[in-house]
Amino acid sequence: MSLVFAGVTSHGPGITARPETADPVVRDAFFAALGSMRQQLEAAKPDALVVIAAEHFANFFMNNMPAFAMGMADVYEGPIEDEAWLKIKRRDDIPGDADLSKRLITEIMQTVDVAFAEEWRFDHGISVPLHFLTPDYGLKIIPVNINCQGPPLTPLHRAWAFGEALRRACDKVPERIAVIATGGISHWPATPDSGKINEAWDRDFLDRWSRNDRAALTAYTDAETYRDGGQGGFEIRTFIALAACAGGQGDVQFYGPIPQFAVGCTVGVMDIVEP
Amino acid sequence: MSLYALQKLLFTLNRDPALQAAFKADPAPVLDGYRLTDEERGAMTAHDVGLLYVLGVNGQILMHFAAFCGFAWPDYLEAMREGVRRHGPVRAGVYALTSSLDEKVAGL
Repeated sequence: MSLVFAGVTSHGPGITARPETADPVVRDAFFAALGSMRQQLEAAKPDALVVIAAEHFANFFMNNMPAFAMGMADVYEGPIEDEAWLKIKRRDDIPGDADLSKRLITEIMQTVDVAFAEEWRFDHGISVPLHFLTPDYGLKIIPVNINCQGPPLTPLHRAWAFGEALRRACDKVPERIAVIATGGISHWPATPDSGKINEAWDRDFLDRWSRNDRAALTAYTDAETYRDGGQGGFEIRTFIALAACAGGQGDVQFYGPIPQFAVGCTVGVMDIVEP
Repeated sequence: MSLYALQKLLFTLNRDPALQAAFKADPAPVLDGYRLTDEERGAMTAHDVGLLYVLGVNGQILMHFAAFCGFAWPDYLEAMREGVRRHGPVRAGVYALTSSLDEKVAGL
């Protein structure tokens, strides 16, 4: 049928691993926004949820790093992290839809060279958002990865092109497709600087994202992003792809820096505009 | 410097419980399978997370090895700072320290 929902959310592992360490006022407001996002997602009655993620070496490594990859399996596993640490139960029965994936990938490939993967292990980048948005795992998931980890990284304008291709593919299948992008804006994860957040840079990025300003969103150089937003800032690629996919104005429903979660926690929903 | 081989070893170790068991029992034969420098090999044997950080291992790979070695999250963050104190700035990669050495930003 078409794209029926588009949103963005953070995925820092601290969100589930150590919620008790965060300022309860900000944390609870963030969790409430995630609950609201779940309601909006469910109200759109999707048949499948595409998750545009920025994985962290759960599946892909510098021996063969795709700029874009998309899952094409009926079942996925995850999370890879220690269950006691992440506090999300590991499952090997997360539902996918290989046939739907194949149709989407076939269409995307008309303009973007996406790698496909018939096995995929989710890490916190997908499992943390799903923990809040589809905690009963009743919705079919289709994972997507954009290389935000191993330089040379996927160029921003290519992330935009991928988002456009994904939208064209969603609009060609009979199923109702929801898409979320997960990533951080500025953050320095898994480094001694974990917890550092450049709120001004984040808010400027979210302003560009809300306006769906293609030129402004794709104007960052990697050197600028690294300087202002840290290596975690490279994950803006997922938000950019989502903006290209949805095409409308974005509504940032929550933004709040939570150092213990190592990221400015974000929940946003974007209007879907006919291309 | 053979950062690629070092990270490949850690990536593989993070994913493979059988290799983890072998590494715990005797790291030497596992390390023999990778072209590592003596410094890299020593850091792996000693579970020297701080030195591995300085050598340039990506934090998203290193954090799993730290957990495997029994580091709690705040101890992992401190181990990286201690690595920089002992061995100097991060030598490669995109995970360099950008705050001052004694600045704690994680709120933990």
